[in-house]
Amino acid sequence: MQVVELGPGEMAIVDAGGVRKEISLALVEDVAVGDYVILHVGYALQKLDEDEARRTLELFAQFGGLGAPAAP
Amino acid sequence: MKYVDEFRDGKLARGLTRALHAAVRPDRHYRFMEFCGGHTHAIARYGIEGLLPENLHLIHGPGCPVCVLPIGRIDSALELALERRVTLCTYADVMRVPASGRMSLLQARAHGADVRMVYSTLDALRIARAEAEREVVFLAIGFETTTPPTAAAIRQAAALGLENFSVFCNHVLTPAAIASILESPEVRKLGTVPLDGFIGPAHVSTVIGSQPYEFFAEEYRKPVVIAGFEPLDVMQAILMLVQQVNEGRSEVENEFSRAVTVTGNEKAKALVAEVFELRRSFDWRGLGTLPYSALRIKQAYRAFDAETRFALGYCPVPDARGCECGAILRGVRRPTECRLFGTVCTPENPIGSCMVSAEGACAAHYTYSRGDARRERRVS
Ligand code: SF4
Repeated sequence: MQVVELGPGEMAIVDAGGVRKEISLALVEDVAVGDYVILHVGYALQKLDEDEARRTLELFAQFGGLGAPAAP
Repeated sequence: MKYVDEFRDGKLARGLTRALHAAVRPDRHYRFMEFCGGHTHAIARYGIEGLLPENLHLIHGPGCPVCVLPIGRIDSALELALERRVTLCTYADVMRVPASGRMSLLQARAHGADVRMVYSTLDALRIARAEAEREVVFLAIGFETTTPPTAAAIRQAAALGLENFSVFCNHVLTPAAIASILESPEVRKLGTVPLDGFIGPAHVSTVIGSQPYEFFAEEYRKPVVIAGFEPLDVMQAILMLVQQVNEGRSEVENEFSRAVTVTGNEKAKALVAEVFELRRSFDWRGLGTLPYSALRIKQAYRAFDAETRFALGYCPVPDARGCECGAILRGVRRPTECRLFGTVCTPENPIGSCMVSAEGACAAHYTYSRGDARRERRVS
């Protein structure tokens, strides 16, 4: 879920597939607008690492034999 | 949604399925436990078992938070709501779990108790602030994922000086449950539940990191692969487990690297350490009384501890007769092996906790794959 707005008191608004939701950032650090977060019971638990996400998808493609180049 | 849809892609799933079929050795069986209820749900929902080779078996673990809460604890919550007349706030699933006399919190509400479903601890705080004349108790359950939000709420209540808010803490610890599975005599006894590895939980690991699993990999020689909660994550993690088994390795690997680091979320862990301490022992449904397996509120935050405030005792209560939740939570039985499954016990009318939550093994089986998923959803 992507953070679209930072609010007061460690709160933020995320976009959950077109729906705006108010969440708490009290458990994470350095989250900025545009970041993706892992959300659970109204709190962001962790910031999503976009580079790692791409790397994992490349791995799927590689193991799946679809011939995508994989990082060494 | 970005970073969700890609992890459910059908084309990649077929590729991974092929890779998995190519990787397994025909001359042996592979048995992996998915610890986490979120994975149990994803496996059932996306029909993952139907994609697996015949000799690869998934065993459900005890990681469904609602399922492992023993009846005696729900009885205490019922006492708070019905006799002490507090406003009891909790997550949706907990409200439907039958306790003594098959009474659930939802039924208590029908009997006039003030039981409210909340989505987040923030909602419970909001209720306490808005209704200062009510005693508001948050019934806290769950593993390391829901613990930091409870800690945050307690600290906020302290900061706000909220005198009518307290927490009935039932938070439990994942590593303790895994250890109990590995130490269980039923699991140890050859031929019952030989486990070749674990699919490590997603949300829990974002908080605790990959480090706590290293003990299991080293001490018990069991590979652990932490997996994200989307179907492709689970498939990939299974493939990585197969490779470890084939190569005779037992390591902690992290498939969910987009959200899980080695040490996890330091800020959340620090907050939990500030507010909670270990309980000497705690009763689990299915696993029995486990040492140092749960948390309680520290002395410094005692004013917010519902157990002290209302002098709650704990009285163990056996599960409903015929219910196999205990054995299912230990991985030694499958839901369909329970005589009550799908007949007497259904999600609309649950007898045991495993039929309540969407993360419960019985509910997941009932909803998505009654009968044999393997035969029904064979994909080439
Ligand atoms: S089917 Fe119902 S009674 Fe049987 S083990 Fe599952 S929850 Fe318990």
